[in-house]
Amino acid sequence: MGLLSKKDSKLILDPLADNNPITIQVLGICSALAITAELKASIVMSISVLFVLGLGNVVISLMRNIIPSKIRIIVQLVVVATLVIIVDLVLKAFSYELSKTLSVFVGLIITNCIIMGRFEAFALGNGPWRSFLDGVGNAAGYGIILVMVGFFRELLGSGTLLGFKVLGDPIEKTGLYALGYENNGFMLLSPMALIVVGIIIWVQRTKNKALVEDH
Amino acid sequence: MSLKSKLHILKRKYRSSKMAPAFNALHTFLYLPNETTHGGTHIKAADDLKRTMNTVIMAMVPCLIFGMFNAGYQHNVAFGEIQAVTAGLFSPEFWTLDNFLIGFWKILPLVIVSYGVGLGIEFLFAIIKKHEVEEGYLVTGMLVPLIVPVDIPLWMLAVAVAFGVVIGKEVFGGTGMNILNPALTIRAFLFFAYPTWMSGDKVWVEGAVKRTEEIAAGANLDAISGETILGSLAQGKEAGYSVMDMFFGFIPGSVGETSTLLILLGGLFLVFAKIGSWRIMLSSVLGAIVMGLIFNQVVDSGWITESSKFYGLMSTTWWHHLLIGGFAFGTVFMATDPVTASQTNKGKWIYGFLVGFISIMIRVFNPAYPEGVMLAILLMNVFAPTIDHYVVQGNVKKRKKRLKVKSI
Repeated sequence: MGLLSKKDSKLILDPLADNNPITIQVLGICSALAITAELKASIVMSISVLFVLGLGNVVISLMRNIIPSKIRIIVQLVVVATLVIIVDLVLKAFSYELSKTLSVFVGLIITNCIIMGRFEAFALGNGPWRSFLDGVGNAAGYGIILVMVGFFRELLGSGTLLGFKVLGDPIEKTGLYALGYENNGFMLLSPMALIVVGIIIWVQRTKNKALVEDH
Repeated sequence: MSLKSKLHILKRKYRSSKMAPAFNALHTFLYLPNETTHGGTHIKAADDLKRTMNTVIMAMVPCLIFGMFNAGYQHNVAFGEIQAVTAGLFSPEFWTLDNFLIGFWKILPLVIVSYGVGLGIEFLFAIIKKHEVEEGYLVTGMLVPLIVPVDIPLWMLAVAVAFGVVIGKEVFGGTGMNILNPALTIRAFLFFAYPTWMSGDKVWVEGAVKRTEEIAAGANLDAISGETILGSLAQGKEAGYSVMDMFFGFIPGSVGETSTLLILLGGLFLVFAKIGSWRIMLSSVLGAIVMGLIFNQVVDSGWITESSKFYGLMSTTWWHHLLIGGFAFGTVFMATDPVTASQTNKGKWIYGFLVGFISIMIRVFNPAYPEGVMLAILLMNVFAPTIDHYVVQGNVKKRKKRLKVKSI
């Protein structure tokens, strides 16, 4: 990458795979399980987190020298809360249906461990540009998993992708459904999201043995 | 050259290749291995894993054969071909070749798919992970066709078996390491993934689903209803079958679960062969009786009236609960699974009692999951290690106390 130095590009690329917030650090699982029944919701959630984490990291990084360390958690919370409220209001204004689906989980971005984790671990000790890259990288790593889980859950659970009936119509019995195929209702339940995340972790660790902890 | 020596030669030929576990498994499954170990002390025992598994399968064979007769019988009764049984266990209407053949051709594919997919995955994992194939799937493969409705589409069964074997067993490290009973994991997957094929009043009778589709397409035919007794009771209807029908098994239900009599015989066989734990079976029945009596008492004392949605199942006479649904089958063949049940004797009593107790509780309180025994066993599977832990700790504490008293 010519645009970024090697050290900077590592900030973005590391969280995508080898230091993924969900599959390696096992953070932010709660929302990954709850809202991934549809691909669209996963994408919107990823973008929301990208916005909050990218911007939040910059804000915290800019203020890092003036935040008294005793009350830094409160300051961080105020920053996240402000950004989350912006996201929530934008969603309500422009995509009311979707904000209904995501319901409380947009608000719960505030408590998403990834965000507070990055503020604490990175933004408080690094400059705004590097913090921004770190925020974007981690949010993208989170988003990739969300989109993957959402893709499989929507495809196998409802037979659609982004609302398009890619496998045919289950009521009219066209496409795959004419052959007797049926949607897997289990995919729409949260336990299956956990299993899908588990399978992703399994595949990732099989490919990269360095990630396997030894006991 | 005999098959045995041919296999032996094949085994030697592939000994150092990747496929070795597959040949070894086939050889040891069919014959006693003709290698002997050298040096050291050995214990020779007949009850190896293969023998244990085969004994359980033998205990299930009567249920399987009865299931074939019953599948055909339910089909013929529902379609008005024959009259319902009247003469008890040896009713001539039931034991006909026609009944058997209908069931045979319907259930044989279930058995083949279950074993084919399950063993295929076991072999695959053994080859990838370079260990020997274990006999763990032999019993699961026979249990699975017995606990599904006869009309389940084969591809669904294949998907569920693949899921159950991989997620239920292989990810934990294979046979002997699993937390949940694989057969029940497979059934639970089917139940939550394809609920329309696992409940309702159509899937239990061969051909009823097809008939429904024909009627929907405009054919002038009578609809077929083959509701299970649990289903009828949950809706507040009469059971519609006599107690003797329930005991002998002339009722709709999953393939092998209907005949309490044959399950009882299978259970006795397992107990006398010292393979099934009588403690778990007995305490599970006790648990179910206690819960059934509590519910009957609640109804008798007038806390629940007929308007309640729980009334139908709650007012069922307590010992009927032991005869209907999959309770007997689950208790005898699945709660006793030595891998997933509690290991300590005291733990087995607690584990079994709770299985029975919770089965009936789920049955009554959640009519959407009429097969409470499946969820109860899976739940208790998760708690079995905890129960064992506290039983062992309790024993340690007791002995320490004794030590203290003595030393004073």
